[in-house]
Amino acid sequence: MVATYETKTDYKVIGNSPIRHDALDKVTGRAIYGGDVKVPGLIWGDVIRSPHAHARIKSIDTSAAEAIEGVFAVLTHDDFPQADDKTIETGEGTVNLRRGQSNVMADKKVHYKGHVVAAVAAVDRNTAQIAAQAIKVEYEILPAISDVDAAMADGAEVILEGLVGDHLGEKVENTNVARVFRHEFGNVEDAFANSDLVIERTVTMSMIHQGYIEPHNATAIWAQDDNLTVWSSTQGSFGVRSQVAGLLHHPESKVKVNYVEIGGGFGGKTVVYLAPIAALLSRKSGGRPVKLVMDRSSVFEATGPAPGGKIRMKIGVNKDGKIQAADTDLMLEAGGFPGSAVGAAAICVFACYNLPVSRITGYDVLVNKPKSAAYRAPGSPQASFAIETVIDEICDELGFDKIQFRLDNAAHEGTRRGDGVQFIRVGLEECLVAAKESDHWNSPLGDAPAGKARGRGIASAYWMNGGGKSTCDLMLQDDGTVMLNEGSADIGGTRTSIAMQAAEVLGIPVEDFHPSIPDTDSIGFTGVTGGSRTTYTTGLAAYNAAHKLVVELKSRLADLWETSADKIDFNEGTFTANGDSIGIQELAGKLGPTGGPATSTSSVNLAEAGNAYGVHICDLEVDLATGKTDVIRYTAVQDVGKAVHPQYAEGQIQGGVVQGLGWALNEEYFITDEGAMANRSFLDYRMPTSLDMPMIDTIMVEVPNPLHPYGVRGIGEVPICPPLSAATQAVKEAVGKPFYSLPVKPGRILEALNGD
Amino acid sequence: MHPFAYVAPSTVAEAVAELSKHGDRARPLAGGTDLLVKARANVWELDAVVDIKNIPELMTLTINGSGLSIGAGVPCYQVYDNSEIAAQYPGIVDGASIIGGIQIQSRAGLGGNLCNAAPSGDGIPSLIALSAVAKIASVNGTREVAIENFCTGPSRTVLKAGELLVSIEVPKPAANSGAAYTRFIPRNEMDIAVAGVGVFVQLDASGKNFESARIALASVGPTLILASAAGDSLAGKPVNDETIAAASALARDAATPITDMRGTIEQRKQLVEVLTGRMINKAVERARG
Ligand SMILES: Cc1cc2nc3c(=O)[nH]c(=O)nc-3n(C[C@H](O)[C@H](O)[C@H](O)COP(=O)(O)OP(=O)(O)OC[C@H]3O[C@@H](n4cnc5c(N)ncnc54)[C@H](O)[C@@H]3O)c2cc1C
Repeated sequence: MVATYETKTDYKVIGNSPIRHDALDKVTGRAIYGGDVKVPGLIWGDVIRSPHAHARIKSIDTSAAEAIEGVFAVLTHDDFPQADDKTIETGEGTVNLRRGQSNVMADKKVHYKGHVVAAVAAVDRNTAQIAAQAIKVEYEILPAISDVDAAMADGAEVILEGLVGDHLGEKVENTNVARVFRHEFGNVEDAFANSDLVIERTVTMSMIHQGYIEPHNATAIWAQDDNLTVWSSTQGSFGVRSQVAGLLHHPESKVKVNYVEIGGGFGGKTVVYLAPIAALLSRKSGGRPVKLVMDRSSVFEATGPAPGGKIRMKIGVNKDGKIQAADTDLMLEAGGFPGSAVGAAAICVFACYNLPVSRITGYDVLVNKPKSAAYRAPGSPQASFAIETVIDEICDELGFDKIQFRLDNAAHEGTRRGDGVQFIRVGLEECLVAAKESDHWNSPLGDAPAGKARGRGIASAYWMNGGGKSTCDLMLQDDGTVMLNEGSADIGGTRTSIAMQAAEVLGIPVEDFHPSIPDTDSIGFTGVTGGSRTTYTTGLAAYNAAHKLVVELKSRLADLWETSADKIDFNEGTFTANGDSIGIQELAGKLGPTGGPATSTSSVNLAEAGNAYGVHICDLEVDLATGKTDVIRYTAVQDVGKAVHPQYAEGQIQGGVVQGLGWALNEEYFITDEGAMANRSFLDYRMPTSLDMPMIDTIMVEVPNPLHPYGVRGIGEVPICPPLSAATQAVKEAVGKPFYSLPVKPGRILEALNGD
Repeated sequence: MHPFAYVAPSTVAEAVAELSKHGDRARPLAGGTDLLVKARANVWELDAVVDIKNIPELMTLTINGSGLSIGAGVPCYQVYDNSEIAAQYPGIVDGASIIGGIQIQSRAGLGGNLCNAAPSGDGIPSLIALSAVAKIASVNGTREVAIENFCTGPSRTVLKAGELLVSIEVPKPAANSGAAYTRFIPRNEMDIAVAGVGVFVQLDASGKNFESARIALASVGPTLILASAAGDSLAGKPVNDETIAAASALARDAATPITDMRGTIEQRKQLVEVLTGRMINKAVERARG
């Protein structure tokens, strides 16, 4: 059942931007991150990684490493217990435990450069590194497959031995395509035949990385009683717990994951890499605590990036401006093991448009690159780039206004999404109208300086947002303050945005809350901070817990006031009955005789979430002699449902835009002929710096989500999607040439300019 | 990382003695912004690292009637913060102020940039254009090498095991001269040059004609390139679009780039031509004051 709410409008706490509870700890460097963890007797682990993108392991000789003084343990895949052949949720994706184990440490074959082959634990970090390098691995090198075309070619080397692909229900062996699936409504061929204009394009994009500052790390203690304690930088402690337990075939109740602050994840810290290795090294080292920290090149080479790939997009439209049909093939790189974001890409690809006829075919394709992982709206940026590229050409070709055309075809309440789901109340039309009325859209582009040209692009995109499981506990203290425990890793200030929702219910200032994120033994199950689910889902748990606390307090007060609980009213922090009244914080000190401390807890599991839409406008300048691009003005319009904490909401939108612009203009995995990533450092992996970005203006539209009492929708992911096309179309307008491959880097622009 | 001894001598004599003890298993440490990165990446196995920052001679900037002397360990910020250098050697400042960001510039210097011998070294083209000379010491005495001959390949220099760069000597620029350096990077900071061009021009008293010019290129060959034909083509010619375009085309011809993750051959050649034109114009502007 789906609960819907009449949305509140008179807020006391929601809609303000209080200082986050963890601000001082973070700006003073006091906050504890995974890399800061120190425990008595700590030793260090290190790994040896494959220098080849694709190879069979012929032999591993660990004897030289074992002989080094100070080495406690050496680990290969043979040390892993047999994992169940089953698939579990990671939060923003799934992992098959057998394959997950092979990803953590290679078994017989290496599937990408940087794939871990063996590990050591030693007395200090340098000894561990020297010992790891002393492990001798013999390989039989196989051809490296670096893109979807090579992977799908006839006779291509098979990457994952034993893989049986599911191709539209048919079982296929000897393939690199793990899955082909389709969502189809009506007959696209007939609809194209009846369209006035049909445009078909194929776009490609490179694999790219989240680029979080903090590298992956893990510390583990495998105690003599088999209780395992883990610290690891993650978007969700429970995700680490379930993956470590599953991969090591260990009971969940014997795995405790301690919360540490996270230095960025963006989806990439939903998968475990080092924690199972640290755990097994600790067990082999007699229970000594073992710590591992990745270096940057390993983060690039071996931890989940966003898939690159190829998308074919065909759209038919009539002269009256109505889309007749759309058909797409989405081919995304899963990396070395199955499981790209192509499923989500299929959900998102047509979600901005109300299409009478559509067909979506998705391909999950293995290549010899790191196993892809979630990255901010996984799959949607690629999908948005493909459809918005073609929509822009349709508008150019038939002379449609680019916002009016989108309004005429916009998805709204009742529209059937490409995968069949019908929309509840959504805010795309409101975003388009806000874009149309924005100062940016109504301001001229301005003249470019000599030798430069300017262009403006616009694009829209969608993300469905997530729900799932969350828990929140409240403990009212005698002095009227509140301890709040919740299970969501704090990313972007979620401690505060969750506490604000309880504060709104209880009428207690949010500054009087102390929100904490306990270890997995001390709070109910909570999914990862990902899928734009946290403020919505854990926030709803906080809201429910607060209401339960009010119920509890009414029954306590009924004792004190010698009345019945249902006679007591509660409004904005004050209880009243029969002319008596007391504030909630004052009541807190009087609870002793009524049964002691008042606490409440709420766990939720939300099947659905509010949908998110964004419409972005990008002005950009191109140096016609060098191909260099500079974004000169940017406006992001987004339906945020309700901005619980407007500053954080704006920060999420701006951060997403910056990452999307990096994806559009410069970021890429530059792969050598041998299948290696050439640019595996921040110097050469060209993420935008602060000097590359103008101020990102935001326009937050609030169309309340009917599934949340305050109308909250997820906001964190959709803003990364529209920049890919908005920036690309701006370059197209500036230089008069279309671009079908990302990134639209200076070299590509020069090539296009020289093409005449 | 291979364990190494850290030594911090206070004289050149001690430093070269220490270096010669270890042959090619010891290296001088200036700012360390290249050395530490390479040591951690196991590019070398070193037994000793010889810190030069306690040697006063190597940490000194001198500017006088005969020119500028830059101690091998002087960090970039001291170079670009010096108003006399900024006035007389703007081409050097152009390079020194774009190496990395502020943190890097607070440690890294032109000496390290030169000895690291990256084809993309942003500090080097202006030194070549300005006809600077490297002063080198060893247990056998000292010698001097023109900067354009100093780097011999990627990470390779004329320095032999046991030799130490003491300083970079830049002659005083002639009257009516100017210099400029720029690089192309896709971002606005923190990037390695896709192509870089440093130009020195000397004009006649009228400011309307070139007397001489030197043009040096970065990131478009296995080492820095002195594009002699391009520079020489300007000598005695009037300052106009035509002569500048002709020199730029010659600079393009002098470039021998490869295609890699930072750019393609065609793109780099085009960039050299474009940047050469831009830098000649800028150097002329500076020469005219
Ligand atoms: C984040 C980052 C950004 C960077 N950006 C740029 C950039 O934009 N442009 C650029 O050109 N470079 C860049 N670099 C590279 C580096 O900072 C420069 O090359 C810098 O000038 C090196 O100077 P250093 O004093 O740190 O040299 P060090 O690292 O101390 O030394 C470099 C090399 O020279 C040798 N050496 C040092 N002193 C002497 C001496 N007196 N005699 C003989 N040999 C010596 C060392 O042994 C070593 O091999 C960057 C580096 C980093 C880490």
